[in-house]
Amino acid sequence: MSLLQIRDMTHFFGGLRAVYDFNLNLEEGELVGLIGPNGAGKTTIFNLVTGAYKPSEGQVQFNGNNLVGLRPHQITAQGIARTFQTIRLWNELTVLDNICIARASRIKYSLLDSILHGPKYRKEEKEIKEQAMALLAVFGLEKDAQELAKNMPYGAQRRVEIARALATEPQLLLLDEPAAGMNPGEIGDLMDFIQRIRQEFDLTIWIIEHQMRVIMNICERIKVIDFGETIAGGTPGEIQDNPRVIEAYLGEEVF
Amino acid sequence: MTTAIFLQHLLNAMQWGSFYALIALGYTMVYGVLLLINFAHGDIFMVGAFIAYFIAVFLLGEGAFSLPFALPSWLILVLTILGAMILTAGVGVTIERVAYRPLRERGAHRLYLVITALMIGIFLEYLNLASLGGAARGFPELIETKIYTIGGVSFTNVKLIVIGLAVVVMVGLEVFLRRTKIGLAMRAISYDKVAVPLMGVPLNTIIAATFVIGSSLAALAGVMFGSAYHRISFDMGILIGWKAFIAAVVGGIGEIRGAMVGGFLLAFIEIFVVALGSVSGFEWLSSTYRDLVSFTVLLVILTIKPTGIFGVARRQKV
Amino acid sequence: MKKFYLPLIVLLLFVAVIGGSWLRLFNEYWELVLLFMGINIILTVSLNLVNGYMGEFSCGHAGFMAVGAYVAGILTVWLFADDKVFGLPVLPAAWAIPLFPVALIIGAIAAALVGLLVAIPSFRTRGDYLAIITLAVNYIIKSAIENMEVIGGPRGFVGMKRVMNGMADVFDAPWLLIWTFIGMIVTILIIRNFVSSTLGKGVEAIREDEIAAELMSVNTHRVKLIAFMLSCGLAGLAGGLFAHGPGGYINPGTFTILKSTEVMVMVYLGGMGSISGSIISAIGFTLLLEVLRPLGLYKWVVIPLLLVVMMLRRPTGILGNKELTDVFPRLRVIFGSKEESYVSASN
Repeated sequence: MSLLQIRDMTHFFGGLRAVYDFNLNLEEGELVGLIGPNGAGKTTIFNLVTGAYKPSEGQVQFNGNNLVGLRPHQITAQGIARTFQTIRLWNELTVLDNICIARASRIKYSLLDSILHGPKYRKEEKEIKEQAMALLAVFGLEKDAQELAKNMPYGAQRRVEIARALATEPQLLLLDEPAAGMNPGEIGDLMDFIQRIRQEFDLTIWIIEHQMRVIMNICERIKVIDFGETIAGGTPGEIQDNPRVIEAYLGEEVF
Repeated sequence: MTTAIFLQHLLNAMQWGSFYALIALGYTMVYGVLLLINFAHGDIFMVGAFIAYFIAVFLLGEGAFSLPFALPSWLILVLTILGAMILTAGVGVTIERVAYRPLRERGAHRLYLVITALMIGIFLEYLNLASLGGAARGFPELIETKIYTIGGVSFTNVKLIVIGLAVVVMVGLEVFLRRTKIGLAMRAISYDKVAVPLMGVPLNTIIAATFVIGSSLAALAGVMFGSAYHRISFDMGILIGWKAFIAAVVGGIGEIRGAMVGGFLLAFIEIFVVALGSVSGFEWLSSTYRDLVSFTVLLVILTIKPTGIFGVARRQKV
Repeated sequence: MKKFYLPLIVLLLFVAVIGGSWLRLFNEYWELVLLFMGINIILTVSLNLVNGYMGEFSCGHAGFMAVGAYVAGILTVWLFADDKVFGLPVLPAAWAIPLFPVALIIGAIAAALVGLLVAIPSFRTRGDYLAIITLAVNYIIKSAIENMEVIGGPRGFVGMKRVMNGMADVFDAPWLLIWTFIGMIVTILIIRNFVSSTLGKGVEAIREDEIAAELMSVNTHRVKLIAFMLSCGLAGLAGGLFAHGPGGYINPGTFTILKSTEVMVMVYLGGMGSISGSIISAIGFTLLLEVLRPLGLYKWVVIPLLLVVMMLRRPTGILGNKELTDVFPRLRVIFGSKEESYVSASN
């Protein structure tokens, strides 16, 4: 059974059809890409899977469980996490807080505990903070734990966002244009980084990207969409030669 | 309920709705352009009524200061209305310039603007109360009241004038917003405050124009209210102001049509709920419950359609 | 040893205030001011949770105060006093002493339940629309009370003075001041503990970016529910204390939007998202009201102007979203740091 199964997913915004008959089977451990011209509907697909929107039609199953209709925090608790196209950190909070709060679904103490600060509460809070710091250490960010998120440089903010997503202990990680705004050197680091966390955290990764270098080099499989419809799917080599794909990107020097 | 009584209530509702609509327009226009709930607006209505009072008293020769000669009554009416509208517009623009603009330009959190607006409202109310005393004032009769009775329905000419003026003004506003450049700019700014100035439209001018229109409409409502009910007080703006504001929201705040429809809708609900109550034996729906019922009904409408009747949900991009 | 500084200071403060009152060191006027300071602190800190930490715009705090005032007041009068509405007391006056806090708590719970009227719409609406709902709820509560003739309607409800006198007859102590002080400490503790927990930080995450919070596994509905119910409940506590104040009289006219505005002003003055800011501004504002009392009605002409000027000069309030310990780090010796001491050794 695939980790993630999307069947015939279609979504309308009012009269506008944003996604049409999208299908995908993601196996555990895969690294799959989603590409397409701007406005093709890629982020919308991520939004539909994670519950930010409810799909007009279609099914989404994760580990055999139906996701459609669940609240986003429930879907995240099941094991899917994501980053955003534009960074959405909690700016006035510290880096450490950004990570800790993402562990919300793992909190076992009650409201009363949170007010009384009893031993159970203190033990759990200690664990949360230690786990968060450990995660930050993996990303080389432990020195910045008390820094406000808004004060971090752009590249570091991107890493914090990924760290935050990982704090939810996902099986499946959705990365939405992680290389946006990066220079070639940084992109090289990013590719290594993605491979590394895939190994270390045992992740399945689904990535939206415009930087073809990233997609072609690390993705095992790619799906291409345009105007909400799937126009191609296959290995990087197959996609590169696909005339429909080239036509969709007509004029863009991407390969 | 007989047709005559129904029509009677209908006329009352239309008059009452005129006040709400005129005031609601001011709320909605400022919100549309600034995303600010100008909580001082209800008190602008009060200010308009009082300015009109003093002008009228002066022109009629009834007060301590007065004209040495008499003027024809229609002229007094016109001068009162115009004078009140102009002066009140001045008050509104001054408030914007002195209090709202500096905060806006400093990028202050929107909620601080709203608090400031609340403060200005309280300031206006208590300035009136402290300096003029809490006793209600009798608004002079500017329009010689004539009562007409047609088919069992009686109404005054004042009522007709109020409704007529309100309709004329609203039609005029619609034309202004759709046919003139400033009107177009106002509507554009409500959708994108950043891009419009970049197109060469002077933001501050448009905002000032918005306050001018909103405040003068409130002043007009104030004059009409005084003429219809002959009683103005320092706190007249509070309840009517809140209700007009809610009417604007129910209609869809930021939408001009919404303010007009919301204002009349609210008035209809209020008057007919009370009327039906007394007719069908639900006496507890009497006027003491009127406010409670209208607030609750509006709450219900907002729960069903949170953005109001004409409101467009501004979708947040995820 | 460090951790004992704060409880020690609180204890000293308690002894000073209560002892001073007991020994009749303060005159009635200053006792009243102290009382209002305490009540205002409770109101401000509780509203700050929703308006400051969660970044919402609740304009109806006075409504929940009203619920607490009436429920607690009616309860104590019914149980312990002889009055026109309920007749003879149900329980002997001596029982009022231990049961008074229970009545306050019941008033607070009632207010929290009424808070659901605002909490549930908050799931779907935010910002200005929610503000209107809170306004409407405030007005509906006031209007509903006005229409309940049995408890006095617009003329108000009276009788709490007899309850307080009854308690003083049994044991002469400044009971209301004691319970106000305790209520204030409890409020500060509850809010501070909650927002420093990871669960409570979800409130700030909602303010910063609600969608991201929801997608990062924060159950935003649950967090909003908790925040509103805590906030409204504590407002009810303040109301219950207020109801037993010197006059022993409450009427719906006290709990209007003007009162809600006062509390909002205190919150914004102190800085949204700062508990110490709320405390300072509540104390300051209470004093300001007293200092300006000779102006009579002109008080409410001057105060708004002062506040507008304050907004223009310092739009983020006295402390912004910092706590006192951020501005004066040496105070950390007394108050402890925001992060608990077991944060990793990397600091």
